[in-house]
Amino acid sequence: MSYTFQGYRRANGKFGARNLVAVIPSVICANDVGQAICRQVQGTIGYFHHQGCCQLPLDLRRVTDTLSNLGQSPNVGAALIVSLGCEGTDHERLVEEIRASGKPVEIIRIQELGGTSRAIQAGIDAAQKLVQQISGQQRETVDISNVVMAIKCGASDTTSGMASNCVIGYVADKLVDLGATVVFGETTEFLGGEHILARRAVGGEDGPVGRKIYEIVDRMEKRAKSVGEDMRGGQPTPGNIAGGLSSIEEKSLGAIVKSGHRPIQGVLEYTERIDGQKGLWIKDAPGREPEILTGMAATGAQFMMFSTGRGAPQGFPSMPVVKICGNPNTYERMQHDMDLNAGRIITGEKTIEEVGEEAFELMLRVLSGQMTKNEALGYYGSMDIFCLGPVI
Amino acid sequence: MERKLALKVDDLDNVATIFANGIVDGATVEVRDKKGHREEITVHGDVPYGHKIALCDIRKGEHIMKYGESIGAASCDIKKGDYVHVHNLEALRGRGDLEGGSQA
Repeated sequence: MSYTFQGYRRANGKFGARNLVAVIPSVICANDVGQAICRQVQGTIGYFHHQGCCQLPLDLRRVTDTLSNLGQSPNVGAALIVSLGCEGTDHERLVEEIRASGKPVEIIRIQELGGTSRAIQAGIDAAQKLVQQISGQQRETVDISNVVMAIKCGASDTTSGMASNCVIGYVADKLVDLGATVVFGETTEFLGGEHILARRAVGGEDGPVGRKIYEIVDRMEKRAKSVGEDMRGGQPTPGNIAGGLSSIEEKSLGAIVKSGHRPIQGVLEYTERIDGQKGLWIKDAPGREPEILTGMAATGAQFMMFSTGRGAPQGFPSMPVVKICGNPNTYERMQHDMDLNAGRIITGEKTIEEVGEEAFELMLRVLSGQMTKNEALGYYGSMDIFCLGPVI
Repeated sequence: MERKLALKVDDLDNVATIFANGIVDGATVEVRDKKGHREEITVHGDVPYGHKIALCDIRKGEHIMKYGESIGAASCDIKKGDYVHVHNLEALRGRGDLEGGSQA
């Protein structure tokens, strides 16, 4: 059987599930101007991060790369860069790279324009023009193999590993079998389950991909241990513990279930994109939502399937987030945030396959334009970029 | 009366997860595995929804198993039916406290 969705064709051959004008501050100091523009101009979203200055060059490159990838992501139709003028990121490179992907790009510079109010006025004019320029584009029929799905679990409890992550694993396997791409991350939540993932790597546990999986987990664990504390309480979180998860190992073994059963093709660094690679991939990113959702959107995912037990309501500015809830009690309490009730698996009303098919159908509708609950509520403002070095 | 269910994921597991509300000390739950085997176990302690009980006696230092894998070690002797959580299960990973950190 073949599956399609209705998407926006991009000049670089990719297909979007949304058609947004991205307002991209090149540094934290430009956020207020960007927010004023977004409040005024319909059809815009903003990436209001907290980076971009007084960081080591490695991190400044990382911030520039991430913002550039966000601007190039298929759900973005055009971009407005908001620069202060003295930041550490390379805002000229942002303009060049996003423009090279075939999208209209404008830039405003706050210091050069004479301050906040003038920059806001120029930004509103520019954003209005961009929205009008792209908003007439029509959706067209797109083969399922063009889908890049990001997956994640958050605010997990013990139902996550037994219901909602199983559902996502079902969808992930089906998408891979149909020639699409699936990306998962949360390296911290591989601790205790990394041997299972490494054995699924192309080339086996001892091949380059398998060894890389052990390497990124070791790197993340050393980072966590370097402060000399038991990480329990930070990971798993107090909410995870209240939900019955007793250790990072238990959380991890439940978390990796969402990656399904297919071979793992490789490991992407935080700033690397999917450019035609197919199958199941790992992105080396931490578990915390703002950083990993940013990393996944920058990878080029058109949407994310997000498993939760305790009830995580948040989304991301340019990437619809479909919430699959494993806990039937949470679903009852938080129906207006949860897109699908996988708690019916726990109560015995449905099988994993039955809810998996419902999730797959919901995915096709969301890719074709149906808003997720978080999108309709406008609950998608928080995001940030995962940096490695200190703020200096 | 509503059946109080606990699920055992893998044959190697020595804990099961209770998916029922209102489990108090002395309650009986029905533990099921994927093959349909059933066993009634009396619970020691009040166990919230989604939390675990021991399926057999577990000695201090032994691995606690779920999904057929270690999720940590028993920090004291555990009896069959005991509530198993952070009070008697010690994580073995991410333990900077045991190794001493460089920034503490």
